[in-house]
Amino acid sequence: MASMRDIKRRKQSVSSTQKITKAMKLVSTVKLQKAKQKAENTNPYFNYMYATVCSMLDKAGAIDHPYLKAGESEKKAIITISSNRGLAGGYNSNIIKLITGSEIAKEEILLYTIGKKAHDVLDSRGYEVASEYDQVMEAPTYEDAMKISKEVLDAFVNGEVGEIYLAYTHFKNTVSHEPKLLKLLPVDISEEELAKDKDEKDSKMLMNFEPNPEEALDMIVPKYVTSLIYGALVEAVASENGARMQAMDSATSNAEDIISDLTLKYNRARQGSITQELTEIIAGAEAIS
Amino acid sequence: MAKNLVDVEIITPDRVFYTGEATMIEFNTTEGEIGVYPNHIALTTVIAPGIVTISTEEEQVKAAVHAGFAEILPDKVTLLAEIAEWPDEIDVKRAQAAEERARERLEKKDANLDVMRAEIALKKALVRQNLKV
Repeated sequence: MASMRDIKRRKQSVSSTQKITKAMKLVSTVKLQKAKQKAENTNPYFNYMYATVCSMLDKAGAIDHPYLKAGESEKKAIITISSNRGLAGGYNSNIIKLITGSEIAKEEILLYTIGKKAHDVLDSRGYEVASEYDQVMEAPTYEDAMKISKEVLDAFVNGEVGEIYLAYTHFKNTVSHEPKLLKLLPVDISEEELAKDKDEKDSKMLMNFEPNPEEALDMIVPKYVTSLIYGALVEAVASENGARMQAMDSATSNAEDIISDLTLKYNRARQGSITQELTEIIAGAEAIS
Repeated sequence: MAKNLVDVEIITPDRVFYTGEATMIEFNTTEGEIGVYPNHIALTTVIAPGIVTISTEEEQVKAAVHAGFAEILPDKVTLLAEIAEWPDEIDVKRAQAAEERARERLEKKDANLDVMRAEIALKKALVRQNLKV
């Protein structure tokens, strides 16, 4: 049996770890509230953007536009959004698994990473990283999203990459987040969505474009990509804090369990040592008499 | 439509900037300034930096919008703006400094100058100052 001192020392270390995890949980709870609020504020913009692009593509079906078809290059750009800090449960490893487990061959992937964790792991596994925007994750702004989308779109227009994907964690609600791989370009909106959109809107209404549809598409598609990236960034921040909150919550309750277990062991050891001492004293007294 | 009003929504990435009913809304597009009354034909257009004026039955409100696009339907106008600001949110000193910077850049005519960007920056700075006056 471990000595009383050992158990005591162990108990102390567990309880100080528990204090840390508790504090981290509180911090990420507050951060989650903020991030959630922000994600909710962004939603209307994102939804409108999506609906508008859907209806535009619906009407502009016959247009032959570079943004609407895959480039010739075999390379596929993936924008990966992970976190800069660990201790967030499976948050980062889920994103990494999403990429390593995807159907896209390793050689074809060109990464644009946001967030240090996925960057470090994927880099060491031999994935090609085109550029990194790791500090963006601290406080993502719309300008950051613009910068990223500009670089990726430039690569697309220049033919360096043929397709663009976005890997991020979708924030469903506080307890459930889901890693997602989303195709950004060429714009690929399923027939169902289009049909649904058509039913909702007055299908007889004819939309005019000013300037003409091609030019409007030229200007609106980059904005669409930017808004998707921004939406993903905001959701990823919320997911990160949600994941961390959960991880820290279970860490705190695990520490609780360990402490109660150790307390029991400690008390047993204490009782055992007292009994032993008594027996020794009695035996000694008997021997003298 | 007895009252002849049009729903107006201005949405930015960070917030729903404005919602309400208006008798008319004016703003700047890449093709020039337009004013939209209720029952306008359906139109999607790209916003250029400028002042948006929303006339309601009681009052007239102004704001600066930079970049984005607008979807106009007979009973609804939606502005998806990347940046939108009320007059009291604008820092005139910053706008003036930005104007000077942009002018300097344009005058130097550096070989690797992004003229488009400098011009847009200049326009934004001017719009901000105009709104404040």
